Amino acid sequence: MADTSFPLLTATAVLPALGAVATAAVPAARRNAAKWLALVVSLGTLALAAWVTLAFDPGGARYQLTESRAWIADFGVRYELGVDGIGVAMIALTALLIPFIIAAGWHDADPLEDTSPNRRWRPTQGFFALILMVEAMVIISFAATDVFLFYIFFEAMLIPMYFLIGGFGDRAHSAGEAEGAKQRSYAAVKFLLYNLVGGLVMLAAVIGLYVVTADQLGQGTFSMQQIAEARAAGDLAMATNIERLLFLGFFLAFAIKAPLWPLHTWLPNAMGESTAPVAVLITAVVDKVGTFAMLRFCLGLFPEASAWATPAIIALALVSIIYGALLAIGQRDIKRLVAYASISHFGFIVLGIFAMTSQGQGGATLYMVFHGLSTAALMLVAGFLISRRGSRLISDYGGVQKVAPVLAGTFLVGGLATLSLPGLAPFISEFLVLVGTFSRYPAAGIVATVGIVLAAVYVLLLYQRTMTGPVDKPEIERLPDLRPRELAVVAPLIALLIFLGLFPKPLTDIVNPAVEHTLSDVRKTDPEPALPEVEAAK
Amino acid sequence: MIGLLVAAPLLGAAVLLCGGRHLNRTGHWLGTVLAGVSFILAAVLFVDMLGRPGDDRALHQHLYSWVPVGGFQADIAFQLDQLSMTFVLLITGVGTLIHLYSVGYMEHDERRRRFFGYLNLFLAAMLLLVLADNFLLLYVGWEGVGLASYLLIGFWQHKPSAATAAKKAFVVNRVGDAGLAIAIFLMFTTFGTFAFGPVLANAEEATQATLTGIGLMLLLAACGKSAQVPLQSWLGDAMEGPTPVSALIHAATMVTAGVYLITRSGAIFNAAPDAQTAVVVVGAVTLLFGAIVGCAKDDIKKALAGSTMSQIGYMVLAAGLGPIGYAFAIMHLVTHGFFKAGLFLGAGSVMHGMNDEVDMRKYGGLRKYMPVTFVTFGLGYLAIIGFPGLSGFFSKDAIIEAAFAKGGTQGWVLGAVTLLGAAITAYYMTRVMLLTFFGEKRWQPDKNGNEPHPHESPKTMVIPMAVLAFGSVFAGGLFTSNDAFVNWLKPVTSFEHGHPPIGVAAITTLTVVMLLIGVGAAWLQYGRRPVPVVAPRGSLVTRAARRDLLQDDFNHVVLVRGGEHLTRSLVYVDNKLVDGAVNGTAAAFGGLSGRMRRVQNGFARSYAVSMFGGAALLVAVTLLMRAV
Amino acid sequence: MNPVNYLYLAALLFTIGAFGVLIRRNAIVVFMCVELMLNAANLTLVAFSRMHGNLDGQIMAFFVMVVAAAEVVVGLAIIVMLYRSRHSASVDDASLMKL
Repeated sequence: MADTSFPLLTATAVLPALGAVATAAVPAARRNAAKWLALVVSLGTLALAAWVTLAFDPGGARYQLTESRAWIADFGVRYELGVDGIGVAMIALTALLIPFIIAAGWHDADPLEDTSPNRRWRPTQGFFALILMVEAMVIISFAATDVFLFYIFFEAMLIPMYFLIGGFGDRAHSAGEAEGAKQRSYAAVKFLLYNLVGGLVMLAAVIGLYVVTADQLGQGTFSMQQIAEARAAGDLAMATNIERLLFLGFFLAFAIKAPLWPLHTWLPNAMGESTAPVAVLITAVVDKVGTFAMLRFCLGLFPEASAWATPAIIALALVSIIYGALLAIGQRDIKRLVAYASISHFGFIVLGIFAMTSQGQGGATLYMVFHGLSTAALMLVAGFLISRRGSRLISDYGGVQKVAPVLAGTFLVGGLATLSLPGLAPFISEFLVLVGTFSRYPAAGIVATVGIVLAAVYVLLLYQRTMTGPVDKPEIERLPDLRPRELAVVAPLIALLIFLGLFPKPLTDIVNPAVEHTLSDVRKTDPEPALPEVEAAK
Repeated sequence: MIGLLVAAPLLGAAVLLCGGRHLNRTGHWLGTVLAGVSFILAAVLFVDMLGRPGDDRALHQHLYSWVPVGGFQADIAFQLDQLSMTFVLLITGVGTLIHLYSVGYMEHDERRRRFFGYLNLFLAAMLLLVLADNFLLLYVGWEGVGLASYLLIGFWQHKPSAATAAKKAFVVNRVGDAGLAIAIFLMFTTFGTFAFGPVLANAEEATQATLTGIGLMLLLAACGKSAQVPLQSWLGDAMEGPTPVSALIHAATMVTAGVYLITRSGAIFNAAPDAQTAVVVVGAVTLLFGAIVGCAKDDIKKALAGSTMSQIGYMVLAAGLGPIGYAFAIMHLVTHGFFKAGLFLGAGSVMHGMNDEVDMRKYGGLRKYMPVTFVTFGLGYLAIIGFPGLSGFFSKDAIIEAAFAKGGTQGWVLGAVTLLGAAITAYYMTRVMLLTFFGEKRWQPDKNGNEPHPHESPKTMVIPMAVLAFGSVFAGGLFTSNDAFVNWLKPVTSFEHGHPPIGVAAITTLTVVMLLIGVGAAWLQYGRRPVPVVAPRGSLVTRAARRDLLQDDFNHVVLVRGGEHLTRSLVYVDNKLVDGAVNGTAAAFGGLSGRMRRVQNGFARSYAVSMFGGAALLVAVTLLMRAV
Repeated sequence: MNPVNYLYLAALLFTIGAFGVLIRRNAIVVFMCVELMLNAANLTLVAFSRMHGNLDGQIMAFFVMVVAAAEVVVGLAIIVMLYRSRHSASVDDASLMKL
């Protein structure tokens, strides 16, 4: 707790950063050494994250493992880290997924056999170094309790992501290599511009926050804890209009990152053009920073404005859920389908956050974790499939189940997790979000429930069109089943999905107190049941 | 102990699905044995239960707290009372028999190990469904059986029709599942819990609107799972699955889960008369719908599927009658489990001997070639049409009486519908019987020129058929002697004696008369004269019935085609409008900067001009500001 | 003498230099005009130093001269290189500085 203790959170973030530098320094000729180094570093980070999880006491203070150092004293910027239960869950998810992403992308950045000069490929070790860099930045973002510190890493994340999308795109492109390169760079620029716009607006809001605190407290600050204390003591009272403007500035950035309709169109391009592991990195890890930040910063800093904006945001979330699902049904490209499914899922997460109930927000937090796992399972298997056939089009497949039953089986499990089948982890989070929403906004809850029917349609259509039916294409006949490395990537993910689906208590124990704190930030309590005495009698 | 009931088949599923190829030779026996273990456990629990007095028979087992979030407390906890016990015995009993049957039926399938894995998975999910002590855990089982059903319908995935049917079943069921989910939300917001105990005990305290809402949502769920109108369309297509699956899942157990749900939530329906009326209407409509469809199908399994729909319609109708009907609904459910599973196994046996031909018009005269199948199928047939003395007679008669006892106009209408249903049942079942086992042989060589050589099936298949036939004959009599079944269920479902406006004897006579009319009509049409191998065009009604009374076409046009158009136009909108707005902004900036770029002409002196101009402007502005 | 007159002179020199930069094409002449402008600025600095009675302006002028000397070296080198490669010292011929 004290500043003198071992800076665990810093270590968790610095290890992958150092690993990234070391990996990048490995000479190109020793590709494999770079891969192993990256994998070992990511496993080391996982160990540190596990330590964070164990060191975190769910019953203790709100922010734990705190570190605080002066940084830019003139502007009140501090290097402040600390995690609540939500942050712990997200750090654990990030650290857990990176080794899988690295292992799944083992050959994605290997040099091409065709070495003609117009087909340039980027250095292999750079791919892994960039992934580790993203990990370091994401971990800092999850741990930062200083708004400015968060902002810096929230934005800096774009740089390695830009290179991962644009530099190491998917090699399977139906329209040929040249067109593929064009699409890739389009996707990367779109990703960058979209997020930069959000980031710039957020920067304005960050500065605005500083001005407001400087104005009212005498000394400007970005520290979540200081702001919360000042607010509790009544020293800080933002004018309604200003609070709303600042809220919108923050929310826009997060809504672009988490993609919420109608700011979502960068995601299908980015996920479609990047390799499957990078697509997982985008949707399962980086985008989660957006929803996480809504919980921590939007609700924590601007409670009144959050309540003011709730109806509009819930409407947008509902549109995201239904619209994303319908578009997923209409896709012809496997990866774009998963991207639109993710948009639908992000709608659920945002819905849960702004339902302002403990079930909704607890569910949303679990949703972030479980969606990460389920999308990773589905997308990575899809990536293995795509790399075998060299095409992302659904119509190029059919009957895979016959020749590669294990691949098809894992794909189905990933799909079933995506459609929230009970017994698998995502069901719990989705049900909690729906219950939490329904108990405050019944109509919204019912509309969102339509989403679970549509999810069944897009997942099963995808499975039916790719995996079942007769084997009538010669390329499919030669399709090999999952290799040991690939199985080693998928099997633990599936095991986790099943385990957490049956026994989510370790996670809910960590998350629940943090959700209670967040709810008390916005001064909301769960709606009472219509017949409270029944529950009491229980 | 209760947990073990679920754990045994679950273990089987895990081992069989994850285990490698070396389990191929023994896997099916492992699956069968584990199903048997479950049945033995159930029998032990049953004997134990009988040893205790009526009100003290329910057992509870709390395993662990599953999802605790705020006021939302979901537990993994089981409840075994008389209602659950009835289902457990039916599921494990029929389940074990069908495992045994499948050993023979699936002998030549290279993926037999996986088939048994799925069957075990189904048993585990179904047991979870009936053993859960709260609605959320029930929901887990509910979707679990949906998954197992999906996997098994689509077991022969290489057939596109099977894959489509599986998907259709799952999606239609999901609609029902959404209903169940909303019902649970409503319970949670009303009672603060969704455990059976507190919800059902306090149901009457909730407002009428809430109860009606919960009731209708539960009915939607039941419609999906039990293939009731308007969510019935998946059941016919589900016959794409292997026949043992049709027998176990789509006849004896899973499709009756809706009846279980309604009976289990009886307290809610009792307090919500509007919802109850809806249940009765759904039951009555489906009863006739299924029966009419069953009359027109030439595919033996689809004819039986129509019959299943219709029989479940009976059960749903009975369950909608309230305390006068719950026990009879469950009784019919159990007897139906026996005879319909037997009939499906018989159909499977026929197909096994006929090179998987399903068109009844290409059967004929099979009684000489498959005597045992003929006898067991015949007993099942007599049971389902309600031949006096066999089990179907007792259970169906009880429902007809209860329908009349509903009282008022409703009672007369329902009574008439159930009687009419009995006549149609007799008609279509006699038709199946005559087309399959009587008359001249009509089979022909198939596409590859293989002439079918009808033969009796192996012992593993015949024994389960015989056991089920035995049950079809005697179960009804056993249940109704001294009202044994009603007394057994009474502590859970409560029971009131209904008083039909006309005498019981009169109703029974009427039933038998209707039965004879149905049998006679079928005989006139299919028994007296030869049956054409190619189906005649038939009347408008026949043609509509062959197409499931056009309900499927409606779905296809409105939901499937409409959905396709919707998604396609949305994809267009997303690409052109939503993304277009973004790209348009980008293009506008690009165009603007293209114009601005012309200023950069590369001539150093023009740059200098702009520099001087700018500086001069700045100075001028500064001076001007100062002057002002 | 009134130091303000020095300012008028400096303004005149600056204007001459500026016009020279804008009008002439020969790089050498343009360059000399730039120097003229620099020296005009120096003259103002010194004049202001004199008017305000402190030495800051004169010190600044020394700095400018040092920088100007460095600039002459670099600038002439560029012009020589330009002449060598294009056989012309016209600034308009070197219009490569565009997108």
